Amino acid sequence: MRKTVFLGTVAVAGMAAGMAAATTLEDVKARGSLNCGVNTGLVGFASPNANGEWEGFDVGVCRAVAAAVLGDPTAIQFVPTTGKTRFTALASGEIDVLARNTTWTFSRDTDLKFEFVGINYYDGQGFMVPKELGVTSAKELGGATICIQTGTTTELNLADYFRKNNMDYEPVPIETDNEAQQQYLAGACDAYTTDASGLAAVRATFENPSDHVILPEIVSKEPLGPLVRHGDSEWGDIVRWTLNALVAAEELNISSANVKELAEAGTDNPEMNRLLGTEGNLGEMIGLESDWAVNAIAAAGNYGELFEKNIGENTPIGLARGLNAQWTEGGLIYSPPFR
Amino acid sequence: MTTLSDPPRESFRLSMLLNDTRYRSYTLQFIALVLLLLLFGYLASNLVTNLADQGQNISYKFLGEPAGYDINQRPIPYDSQSTHMRAAIVGVLNTLIVSVLGCITATILGVLAGVARLSPNWLLRKLMSVYVEIFRNIPVFIWILIIFAIMAAAMPAPRAFRGEDPEASPLFGIIALTNRGVYIPKPILENGSGIVFAVFLLSIVGVFFYRRYARNLLFNTGKLLPTFWPTLGILFLPALLVYFALGMPIGWEIPELKGFNFQGGVQIRGSLIALWLALGIYTGAFVAENVRAGIQAVSAGQTEAAAALGLRPRRIMNLVILPQALRVIIPPLISQYLNLTKNSSLAIAVGYMDITGTLGGITLNQTGRAIEAILLLMLFYLAISLGISAIMNAYNNAMKLKER
Repeated sequence: MRKTVFLGTVAVAGMAAGMAAATTLEDVKARGSLNCGVNTGLVGFASPNANGEWEGFDVGVCRAVAAAVLGDPTAIQFVPTTGKTRFTALASGEIDVLARNTTWTFSRDTDLKFEFVGINYYDGQGFMVPKELGVTSAKELGGATICIQTGTTTELNLADYFRKNNMDYEPVPIETDNEAQQQYLAGACDAYTTDASGLAAVRATFENPSDHVILPEIVSKEPLGPLVRHGDSEWGDIVRWTLNALVAAEELNISSANVKELAEAGTDNPEMNRLLGTEGNLGEMIGLESDWAVNAIAAAGNYGELFEKNIGENTPIGLARGLNAQWTEGGLIYSPPFR
Repeated sequence: MTTLSDPPRESFRLSMLLNDTRYRSYTLQFIALVLLLLLFGYLASNLVTNLADQGQNISYKFLGEPAGYDINQRPIPYDSQSTHMRAAIVGVLNTLIVSVLGCITATILGVLAGVARLSPNWLLRKLMSVYVEIFRNIPVFIWILIIFAIMAAAMPAPRAFRGEDPEASPLFGIIALTNRGVYIPKPILENGSGIVFAVFLLSIVGVFFYRRYARNLLFNTGKLLPTFWPTLGILFLPALLVYFALGMPIGWEIPELKGFNFQGGVQIRGSLIALWLALGIYTGAFVAENVRAGIQAVSAGQTEAAAALGLRPRRIMNLVILPQALRVIIPPLISQYLNLTKNSSLAIAVGYMDITGTLGGITLNQTGRAIEAILLLMLFYLAISLGISAIMNAYNNAMKLKER
């Protein structure tokens, strides 16, 4: 009997997953708000501010999608997810889109049945150590105790890197980022590893950020991006092209400040006009209003604005654009044409 | 003339299933069972259909694939190229290690505290009440975190042991207490160490014989032999003599600070200590209450009778009260052991890689096989709990009042 009870419980969970029968777009419109899965709190990427409003780089993507679909960037239910719960939340339909610095990998895309719609941050895994250790390279970390957050690609990269370099290490897996930081600060770990952007964000919250160095080695490719469930390509298209609209807007010099103006006055650049909905019918093709992109850009700004405001060099996080510059500036950020 | 005959036997009719009170309850129970099975069958088929709709199926193939991650505490050889199955086994062993350590600690603490709660000594009694009330009434999860945080903050980091004039130095020069755990010397077995172990094992057998002899002597002649010091002597003296006679065949590997960490010796990790202590002390508080209840269930007349016979208080406790109290204590003790084992799944909070951390944590995450992993996890906990129950029930049967 016990066994059947187990199956039953699991099945109830399974049933909840089967509820999301209508298309995601219809669901979101009927609900009047977007359910967006974000980090439980990573300053710069997604964290509640002093007023309890969510803000950050990933939150900006959520706001743009909500603005494009519903015309209101505040019509969002933010669902904080951990590294462990995020995929279940998305697969079960609890959230419509997951924007939680999630690495795009083959198996997540194919085996877990998700659809990564693009890359909003090109990242890589790095190491942070206290300056007083005198370590200057990750190659010197043989025998070190290293704190990691579990449930991420991080621990696999770590295992691969140390195996490749034939070094020993002692992993200390910790469930949440916060606790891992405490262990690191107490000296229970020699090094702390996660995505380099995350390291910068974490270091910014330390009392003396300058006492810690981020080692130059980047041991993995971590393309971070928003993702949706497999099987609803229409919804995937909406999220994908909203992200692309933000990227294209930066390239075309459309910002949250001038987007309304440009949309009303019209411009002599056909691609800009198509993006802003004053020419052609891109909005109709994607199943949204013609001013979807205008709303998205007005919500939180174009890609460059989002970057500078949340994680750029003038913020405590202090990340340089690097790989995340526009392709015209030597980076990898590139949007397919709006045509 | 009258004839006696049995009343006519009614043949069974179908309507009796409902009308006859002898059968009605069976009918209703059968119907309820069928409905229940149908409900679960519906839920199970629903699950399979929904999974199929999502393009997923139930498959345990992932257990044979390389895990790809490392585990710090490995009771058996394991590296990142081992399979998920092996990672799960490492997790099972780690769960068992912390459960066994925790159960032993909880039992010792619980019995001591339970007896002390009934002590005539006011201070001891009140101190034990404070222990029981505080530990019982704060969630074990919080205790795990508190002990872990205190260890990380209060103990020195390994680098404090470095340099000419270090801030910290190992205890007695051989045990290093750091915020990463405790490093103790590891025995190195050389030629002849087998003899020492053999002698030690013989000593243990010897102790049993001595105790039985002392007991029989007591029962037969009433002569009381001392047991504590002779036991200690029999246990250690011969082994020590042989050890020195053979030229100290067991060496010790003293942990030394090399590079980032202490190398050599045995490391008892901070996560294991935090989990072990928290589970042991927390469950110990419950055991203490069971022990107290058990002792109080033995009527006061027993104590008075034993005292009237001239037994001293400690003997009264050991020979009269505890043996009778055990049959009240053991059944709830079983459920405390089960609780402790199940609570060990909180290990992930401090990064102790038990079965929930490996199979139910990283493996689940990396393979995305949530349902399979959770089912396996439930199966494991069920098996281990039933196992503990079986052992303890057998012990209970051996201990319970034998009616003659």
